[in-house]
Amino acid sequence: MLPDAEALMLALIERIRPQAGPDTGLVGIHTGGVWVAQRLHAALGLKLPLGTIDIAFYRDDYKKKGLAASVRPSDIRFSVDNTPIILVDDVLYTGRTIRAAMNEIFDYGRPSSIRLAALVDRGGRQLPICPDYVGATLQVPATQTLELQRDAAGRLSLHLLERRA
Amino acid sequence: MKILIRNGTLIDPAAGAESKQDLYIADGRIAAVGRAPADFRADRMIDASGLAVSPGLVDLAARLREPGFEYKATLESEMAAALAGGVTSLVCLPDTDPPLDEPGLVEMLKFRARSSRGARVYPLGALTQGLKGERLTEMAELRDAGCIGYSQGDAPISDNQVMLRALQYATSFGFGVWLRPQDAGLARGGVAHDGEVATRLGLPPIPVCAETVALSTMLLLVRETGARVHLCRLSSAQGVELVRAAKREGLPVTCDVAATHVHLTEMDIGYFDSQCHLIPPLRSMRDRDALRQGLRDGAIDAICSDHTPVDDDAKQLPFGESEPGATGLELLLPLTLKWAEEAGVPRAVALRAVTIEPARIAGLPAPALAPGADADLCLFDPDCWWKIEPAALRSQGKNTPFLGLELKARVRCTLVAGQVVFEA
Amino acid sequence: MIAASPQLTADGKLRHLLTIEGLPASILLQVLDTAASFVSVAEREIKKVPLLRGKAIFNLFFEPSTRTRTTFEIAAKRLSADVVNLNVQTSSQTKGESLLDTVANLSAMHADMFVVRHSQSGAAHLIARHVSPHIHVINAGDGRHAHPTQALLDMFTIRHYKTGFNHLRVAIVGDILHSRVARSEIHALTTLGVPEVRVIAPRTLLPSQVRSMGVQVYNRLEEGLRDVDVVMMLRLQSERMNGALLPSAEEFFKYYGLTPEKLALAKPDAIVMHPGPMNRGIEIDSSVADGRQSVILPQVTFGIAVRMAVMSIVAGN
Repeated sequence: MLPDAEALMLALIERIRPQAGPDTGLVGIHTGGVWVAQRLHAALGLKLPLGTIDIAFYRDDYKKKGLAASVRPSDIRFSVDNTPIILVDDVLYTGRTIRAAMNEIFDYGRPSSIRLAALVDRGGRQLPICPDYVGATLQVPATQTLELQRDAAGRLSLHLLERRA
Repeated sequence: MKILIRNGTLIDPAAGAESKQDLYIADGRIAAVGRAPADFRADRMIDASGLAVSPGLVDLAARLREPGFEYKATLESEMAAALAGGVTSLVCLPDTDPPLDEPGLVEMLKFRARSSRGARVYPLGALTQGLKGERLTEMAELRDAGCIGYSQGDAPISDNQVMLRALQYATSFGFGVWLRPQDAGLARGGVAHDGEVATRLGLPPIPVCAETVALSTMLLLVRETGARVHLCRLSSAQGVELVRAAKREGLPVTCDVAATHVHLTEMDIGYFDSQCHLIPPLRSMRDRDALRQGLRDGAIDAICSDHTPVDDDAKQLPFGESEPGATGLELLLPLTLKWAEEAGVPRAVALRAVTIEPARIAGLPAPALAPGADADLCLFDPDCWWKIEPAALRSQGKNTPFLGLELKARVRCTLVAGQVVFEA
Repeated sequence: MIAASPQLTADGKLRHLLTIEGLPASILLQVLDTAASFVSVAEREIKKVPLLRGKAIFNLFFEPSTRTRTTFEIAAKRLSADVVNLNVQTSSQTKGESLLDTVANLSAMHADMFVVRHSQSGAAHLIARHVSPHIHVINAGDGRHAHPTQALLDMFTIRHYKTGFNHLRVAIVGDILHSRVARSEIHALTTLGVPEVRVIAPRTLLPSQVRSMGVQVYNRLEEGLRDVDVVMMLRLQSERMNGALLPSAEEFFKYYGLTPEKLALAKPDAIVMHPGPMNRGIEIDSSVADGRQSVILPQVTFGIAVRMAVMSIVAGN
């Protein structure tokens, strides 16, 4: 039974709210992380504009898979130097996406800190990465993918799919 | 040596017919067809079951590359190629290094050819000294040394007055002049037909008018002088039409087409395949179809191989820098038969274009499968498909647009003057 | 003999970039979209990404060119690749080493990618046919045939200023006959759905079958420029005067040069492009080159991002 993503969203917002200051920079990771970050940004009323990054150029599996078929531009309009950043992703799994995202953020400048927010932590870490704020922790078998989807009205929902070979 | 060829299907271009008969050879000639002559005891019997027997092919253009270009090919290798292709007589071009503009060079070539015991070699002498298009060669001396005609190879004669005088001088002796119609200026810098392919690929173009302007000049000079001219390697529909009209008018002209151009077009260049870098260039489909029609209706007299061995290094270059030319002696027969099959022309009729017609043009005895004719023969398996690849070619030149393709008809045995000179 | 397109893998992905011809719109758009991301990389302080770290990219320029070579070099370095520049003019080519031998020797030095410029049409195709499977070839211009990265950066530029392609009138002006840029532009524009592509030149500078490439032909600039949205000027080389193709640069400028008066015939918001380097006063007037409708400098900036996109897509396939 998968939790309701909208409920997780509300929980996540309240967990972050005490720690989100006026100078906090929010950065969402394309694509699902950006959806979550957009909701956080609106609900927390943050001053700095929302940053979005596509980690395509920092992935560690380029040699195997080549470049992703569609790459979106990364867009961080605030100055990263000395800014406390909350990095947002939808599903935290092996930790490799977060590693790539941190490398990319450091190519923008030197943040004072990076904290990690994820809507769902599904375990299975392959790197020493730990979330600071989580909506829910789930056990998901390695044969399955956990995916966040957004409908036309903007409502979020979680789905389990069989992993394609 | 008395030879009996049994069980073969005789293809006689002179009669325009095929028949299953035995062939009897003695003293270098055909002694009898069908029934053994009296007291005939064969020294050797060749079983030609499943094979076709035709007169040996006569090729109007083969570059043997000697003297001077031995790194591309030698007389030995190209003779072997000729015999493997069923070619028993070939006309070679004068554009060697040095060019064949001196009787001594011609004698040397003929001597080398005779010693190699291969196909009969008939050299064309240079029309002008050094092929420079300025001064005449000693045409009569060259004839005495063994030349059957005079040519410039691919070198142009830019001065029409020189061309006029060369034709006039040749007619004094009744000599034939072999000319390749390509205007130097209009072809300058070009490497491919001025059509859609050259436009897309950015290849410097050779327009059709490079051929037709030169052809028109030559035909007008023939009319002026009455010279006997053989026009070499037509490539365009307009060119064929000009020759057709000239023949209707009664001008003493003949012409040939290269076997490659009977089949291929500019499209075959594909992604810059330098094997398709040829002179004249491969033109459009309409031009190719006009060449095929010309063969059918006699506007074009003969098919030749235009055999031009080129070393690999000279082909493995960007298209425009690569050396033009294709090896062809071993492909002349299968390509001619391929045309015959596609055009619905009977084999015996189609093979005229590589036997009777070229012999007539070169002034050689008419090939025939009849008593008294020279026993120059080609025995081939008409149904055998073979793949064109370097290992399958005896020519030192492995350069052909047909690399990697399969063609039908493989020569199994070739005889010259009643001697077996090639056996597969 | 016609074989499968040598620049695509068996499953239709880009292995080499040799020519725009034969590429589906989806691949062209993938390059443009990926380039947009690289434009944003160029706007931050660290203009590098680690994507091609450890890869060796060899710039093989058989024809000299500082600007194109520099753009490729910057693009490669911004992808964290190692770059080696070879002006083959001055090295082994003059000792008579064949093109393919040069390539084979460099491949033995663990090259991953060759960026090739050559004076002969088809040179990049020849090299691509002979490199080992893991090596990628990018054509930086071969003879008159193709300059695919130029066409891609020009498409990026057009999309940046005009949003889309399917409502545009584009005119290419100048020496089409000798221009690899023109041929690539025509393929790109028609593939991306530009409804009207015009070429404007005197007959001597037009390939005889250029209409078969899907363009409309104009011999007079005034007619050809009417109501166009994009004007692409081509460079006129001084040698053209020698081959009886043109009488003089002065006459060419007077009748085919882009001046403010001529530009006024195009739409008021038309953009002016030039692949560079410009011959001011021969094909284009300085006031137009430096004017408000000129996007010539942005073309250069976009050129780096587009080349980064091409290299990263190709190297991953």
